[in-house]
Amino acid sequence: MGPEPNPTKAHALEMRGITKRYPGVLANDGIDLDVRPGEIHALLGENGAGKSTLMNILYGLATPDEGEILLDGKPVTIASPSDAITQGISMVHQHFMLVPVLSVADNILLGEEPMAGPVFMDRGRAETRIRELGGFFGWEIDPNARVGSLSVGWQQRVEILKAVYRQAKILVLDEPTAVLTPQETTEIFGVLRRLTNEGYSVIFISHKLYEVLEIADRITVIRRGKVVGQRVPSETDEDDLAELMVGREVQLTVDRGESHPKDTMLVVDGLQVKDDRGREVVHGVSFEVRAGEIFGIAGVAGNGQDELVEALTGLRAVSGGHVTLDGRDATGDGARELTRRGVAFVPADRHRFGLVLSYPITDNMALTDYYRAPYAHGIIRDEAAIRGRAEAAVAQYDVRTPSVDVAAATLSGGNQQKVIVAREFDGELSLLVLDQPTRGLDVGSIEFIHRQAIAKRDAGTAILLVSAELDEVIELSDRIGVMYRGRLVAVVDGPSASREEVGLLMATGGRQASASGDAA
Amino acid sequence: MSLRRVVSVLTVPALAIVLALVVGAAIMIFSSPLVSGHFDPLLPLGAYAALLSGAFGSYNALIQTVVSSTPLILAGLAVGIGFKAGLFNIGAQGQFLMGAIAAAAVGAGLSGGPAIVSIPAALLAGLLAGALYGFIPGFLKAFTGAHEVVTTIMLNYIAIQFVAYLVTGPLRATGATFARSSDVGTAALPILIGRNGHLGILFAFVAVPLAWWLLYRTTLGFEVRTVGANPDAARYAGMSPRTVIALTMAVCGLLAGVAGAGEILGISHYMPAGYSTNVGFDAITVALLGRANPVGILFSGLLLGAMRAGSNLMQIQAGVPVQMIDVLQGVILFFLAAEVLVRYIFRVRAARVQVDELQTVSRSYGGQTTP
Repeated sequence: MGPEPNPTKAHALEMRGITKRYPGVLANDGIDLDVRPGEIHALLGENGAGKSTLMNILYGLATPDEGEILLDGKPVTIASPSDAITQGISMVHQHFMLVPVLSVADNILLGEEPMAGPVFMDRGRAETRIRELGGFFGWEIDPNARVGSLSVGWQQRVEILKAVYRQAKILVLDEPTAVLTPQETTEIFGVLRRLTNEGYSVIFISHKLYEVLEIADRITVIRRGKVVGQRVPSETDEDDLAELMVGREVQLTVDRGESHPKDTMLVVDGLQVKDDRGREVVHGVSFEVRAGEIFGIAGVAGNGQDELVEALTGLRAVSGGHVTLDGRDATGDGARELTRRGVAFVPADRHRFGLVLSYPITDNMALTDYYRAPYAHGIIRDEAAIRGRAEAAVAQYDVRTPSVDVAAATLSGGNQQKVIVAREFDGELSLLVLDQPTRGLDVGSIEFIHRQAIAKRDAGTAILLVSAELDEVIELSDRIGVMYRGRLVAVVDGPSASREEVGLLMATGGRQASASGDAA
Repeated sequence: MSLRRVVSVLTVPALAIVLALVVGAAIMIFSSPLVSGHFDPLLPLGAYAALLSGAFGSYNALIQTVVSSTPLILAGLAVGIGFKAGLFNIGAQGQFLMGAIAAAAVGAGLSGGPAIVSIPAALLAGLLAGALYGFIPGFLKAFTGAHEVVTTIMLNYIAIQFVAYLVTGPLRATGATFARSSDVGTAALPILIGRNGHLGILFAFVAVPLAWWLLYRTTLGFEVRTVGANPDAARYAGMSPRTVIALTMAVCGLLAGVAGAGEILGISHYMPAGYSTNVGFDAITVALLGRANPVGILFSGLLLGAMRAGSNLMQIQAGVPVQMIDVLQGVILFFLAAEVLVRYIFRVRAARVQVDELQTVSRSYGGQTTP
């Protein structure tokens, strides 16, 4: 099982002096990276630091301008992903490269089918092999299950099995925990440990600092295309790593100060919402949000939060219950009407809802206000006003862009989110809905957005924060509601809440709790 | 739009035209034995020279080019504006025919009246008929999810048969030797310049800047473009993708309807039973070649119009049949669709900003454009 650890070679992989230039950008600037056999090596860096470029080079998706790659001490050329696979390098992408309609076995075998004769596949042998592999990790895996019907955590295991089946010696995992629950994360860490005990090497890409500290043997930090430091977990901490990554001191937890809640702004009473398939997924949720406080909703993804938020922002019909905004009914109000009443919304999926990627920053800044003064007079757009706002926002929110005329698609994730935040946080608001406002962002951007949210709260805005990121909810919220299977199972005080307490409620719904949807 | 952006957008259409001319030349050379009895490597030069001279060689040729371009530009806008809203309007042909027959019917009915009444009435009829015929698939798409590619293709057939029925039946002119509607009389558009430069050519040259202004300088156009680029973001922004889709299709139909009305009232003055035209389909080439941009559509419409106008002289002087134009047009369309191929042949780096209208075309067959 697994490749033989080779004690005579110190390095399973060495990348030396890797340099890659793109027009106008030096993506990798003489990067050195070495990975030992049986090691979990974490690659840490902000978005756009050059992690992906480096891994694309390793996986044959990009050619370096300078530098060399050595496997087991021998220089190699990796011209394509199939080259990489033959040489024992496998990549588990953040977005899985699986065919949902095919079975587990089909996905694992794709391209490497064991044959019985020239035409037919040897299914029996394939399935046995997959069960064997699963057994090694202690997984009961059904080779005939359709991948599309598996949970995200299981899909990831299929990806790992695929890599192992192809006899990879080096596994690259790109943000493997981004989509997992805390429990699944712990489990996958166990799997990685098992792999390295067998002599596999793992490159673990992440920007979650505590995870890196927990799992990695060594940590290489990249900033602006350069290696800025290498650490061993026992000799570093989160603050040190964050500072290396960002290049300045970062406050990982914003100082939220004390909140001074005023009048009740939003009252949600017995709200019922259906999903796209017509099943009720929000069952009579009730809570209140007061001006000047942050009400957080925690919950494992898929417990009705998405539908709740969409209903509150006019994107989804309400099937029962009432919503009151600032004392007046707002049940079933559309997005336009809510904007008029001072509701702003930072959506979870910025590519789907928050931005028009092909539009320049100017048009994206005007996306929700385009129809009203000063951005339009009658039907005629005021180009100068639109441009002026975009330029002001880019300056104020420090959006890194050559100009306001570039398409939003060309910005990094953090800068795209800053454009949305700049647009939605603008002006006098009654209610601000933040749905996963920092998903996929690096620590610098997260810090920035958290500060802005606190500032908005202190300015007297009612904020509803929904996040699957438990730390974020605990860090920012004055009160926390926990959603479980479409119900609000508990509301706890934010500043005194513990990660364990809320985590348990998220995972179990606090079965002993009698009250459901009982707002403070 | 910056100059660099303009150049980057124009590269592929320009190269597609060049490649089409090369392929056309090759076909002419290989088929030259059929024309002159021997291989004639210089035939393409003569043919293209005649084509140019037929399109631009004289005052009347120039006017003919503009007249031929007019319906292509208007119907090209009908397809191009659809692209902007994420809709693939294959129904320009049907909308054109409905506009034409409505104008022919009202024109014939008012043929004895004063021109000041009959012309606007006939035009209005054509415009409304086209708009209604565009609204139907738009409404179906918006409120039932019926795909516009399927519905507009079916509506095209209905339009062809409906026109044939009217012209051979209720609208048939008495005394005519073949089935046709009666003459539009005073509703005929006045000739402004040259032999046949009728009033209708102004419509195209008004519609282009108007369409550009609406698309890029008004909130309406912003809604259309947003719905096309990202319907979810449009909903998020408080727009109503359904309304936008239904109304955009109506505007597209209106433009195609005006094109049809212009052809009847400006050129033929009646509707023949076998009215053969391909304007509505050529319009797809025009819109794609013009990158769905009104200004681009103006130039691509003029180019295709020039090829139509010059093709007669090409046939007379060089013996290359007018159908060669269809070949050229087909090859242009092929290379536009196979953009990757063109970029490979000429080693052109891909534009960083994607061109949306081709996405609409490919997305239209299976992807989601529904609100």
